[in-house]
Amino acid sequence: MPLIKNNEFVDNAFRHIADEEALPDGAIVVSLKRWHAERDALMARNAPIALRLSSDQSPEAIGADVHHFAMIELEFPKFKDGRGYSWARLLRQRLNFKGEIRASGDVLRDQWLFMSRCGIDAFEVDPGTRIEDFRTALTEQTVFYQPASDRVATVLELRHKTHSSSQRASVAAE
Amino acid sequence: MYRYDEFDQKIVDERVEQFRGQVARRLTGELNEDQFKPLRLMNGLYLQLHAYMLRVAIPYGTLSSRQLRMLAHIARKYDKDYAHFTTRQNLQYNWPKLADIPDILADLATVEMHAIQTSGNCIRNVTSDHFAGASADEVDDPRVWSEIIRQWSTFHPEFSFLPRKFKIAVTAAPKDRAAIKVHDIGIVIRRDASGTLAFDVYVGGGQGRTPFVAHLIGEGIQAGDLLAYLEATMRVYNQYGRRDNLYKARIKILVHQIGPEEMRKQVAAEFVEVKAQGALALPQAEIDRIQAYFAAPAFETLRDDALLAQQKAQNKAFAAWHDINVSPHKMPGYAIVTISLKPIGGVPGDASADQMDLVADLAETLSFDEIRVSHEQNLVLAHVKQSDLLVLWQKLDAAGLATANYGLITDIIACPGLDYCDLANARSINVAQAVSKRFADLDRQRNIGELKLKISGCINACGHHHVGHIGVLGVDKKGVEFYQITLGGSGDETASIGDIIGPAFAENEVADAVESLVDLYLNLRQPGERFLDTYRRTGIQPFREKLYAAH
Ligand code: SF4
Repeated sequence: MPLIKNNEFVDNAFRHIADEEALPDGAIVVSLKRWHAERDALMARNAPIALRLSSDQSPEAIGADVHHFAMIELEFPKFKDGRGYSWARLLRQRLNFKGEIRASGDVLRDQWLFMSRCGIDAFEVDPGTRIEDFRTALTEQTVFYQPASDRVATVLELRHKTHSSSQRASVAAE
Repeated sequence: MYRYDEFDQKIVDERVEQFRGQVARRLTGELNEDQFKPLRLMNGLYLQLHAYMLRVAIPYGTLSSRQLRMLAHIARKYDKDYAHFTTRQNLQYNWPKLADIPDILADLATVEMHAIQTSGNCIRNVTSDHFAGASADEVDDPRVWSEIIRQWSTFHPEFSFLPRKFKIAVTAAPKDRAAIKVHDIGIVIRRDASGTLAFDVYVGGGQGRTPFVAHLIGEGIQAGDLLAYLEATMRVYNQYGRRDNLYKARIKILVHQIGPEEMRKQVAAEFVEVKAQGALALPQAEIDRIQAYFAAPAFETLRDDALLAQQKAQNKAFAAWHDINVSPHKMPGYAIVTISLKPIGGVPGDASADQMDLVADLAETLSFDEIRVSHEQNLVLAHVKQSDLLVLWQKLDAAGLATANYGLITDIIACPGLDYCDLANARSINVAQAVSKRFADLDRQRNIGELKLKISGCINACGHHHVGHIGVLGVDKKGVEFYQITLGGSGDETASIGDIIGPAFAENEVADAVESLVDLYLNLRQPGERFLDTYRRTGIQPFREKLYAAH
């Protein structure tokens, strides 16, 4: 799957590792189950590690371990399954996760902006996706009522001039 | 009433342009219907039995004359000269063409209206008391808080793909005219001992397949914390609401399964976290800003009108309409007028473009330029001088809008049913019409007194049958339309879900069945009892016996 980050196609540095598969060298993504089972061995490796969460797995259970991960992948099995939006906000705002949060699975073009507002900053997209479409989708709406993980100035802050900047800031810029 | 500032306007305008692009991609075939469906559903556009249906939001049921005229204009230009007011304070156009929808939305945006979040699994149009700002029993104008909630819930990035749709209703009066206890979240605003506003948050009410009355989950929430509390509730629901079964996905099922005590605990814990972030705290400056829009209009200092008694004595029809459709106003010399959209034998909630224009004109000249849409599918002029009532009645009467039946048995709520809706099991409109004609006689209706009859064409309960004093539900028996009757439901502050009385009736038996129930009530009632009171006193048994005695 092509991967978009910071408005560009980028290479995917992480290899998906199935639960039974032997651990290769290099950057890998493992399931929460495998993380629980082999935490020490995984931490002893000398390469970036990422975690993938299915849509029914809350990141809250990971607690302070979250900072061991270079990336957390949130799976969206169906576009209607919106739990990942809450997981992303919890990761950014409660667990203070600064690494990449990646959305994979069934994601619609019109969901990218919502996801981005919730703190997701990397997107697996269908082959054939045009980068212009992605960029347009992220700029079709520019005014927002709610405070979210992107910390963009809300309408309330603009109205009452209580926000220092009206620029969208990327909280997870590395 | 609220007016958009540059930010509100930009949000709506950007949405129109975005949808214009989406429709264009659909029309060229770049998107197929499957890909287009989730997009159109984010904009209130449904594909019904015969055509597209566009559902326009009327936030908390308040319209200006200019807005109502635009709704009439759209009905004329893009539809068949009429539109339908729903039980959710929305308006539906039944016959728009897909290619016209972007222009319709652009027209709506010019009068600060939209169709955002009138469908989809998101927070829907916030509903409220249609007597807001006019009734003496309220502690504050609930529309202030409805507007605050409307803004917070519009394009909420986290809560636009919930397990299921989500409905919030707000009242600020002890008499609940907004049916808040059968909403996903119902908010009661009151004043605490020190006179400060406090918000009681009821969660998990709803109708549909598994009806529940909501539980009090958040008690006495402070104004500045309201959005934080709502965000906490939504987050608990978004995480733990069921997604494996469409029929078990509403928040009422979650509350039922974990219990109100556990729900309270989970929301309270999340509330602490959200509050700690601080970003959702409502600044007093914003509350003041919105409150200013809902400041009372420039009422004159009047006394209750002396001429009224004489006018009533001289005109029996006016007198009846006055007794039934006019409610007391908080200011002396003023009155609240309900314009019934339930003419005898008509389609509940439908209004023609001409009627909408007329009501807009009347509101402009006689009611401070403001119209309300009630969840009971009527229109309300909330601030009419008593001395203008006769003139108002004459103009309404000439346009077929002076039906005197507010709260009576022919003031029927009915969903569109099988005439339009592709989810329906049976028609609703025909049953409403049959019952309405049967009880057309006004003296008879008045003798019966308050009786809320509500009809849904399927278990989704858009016609609120679960909370009808008499509820009628269309069911399908081997391809034939049948109707199940429930008794004793109520959507007010004493909310209850109706009990099923027994086997369903054929279409042509429903009016007879309703008639025998009403006759029995007239025999059983004690002085001062409404149908609902008698039913609550006697229970279902006598009604059941009477209804099925002949079978
Ligand atoms: S109750 Fe059923 S038939 Fe009536 S409008 Fe709702 S979904 Fe359609």
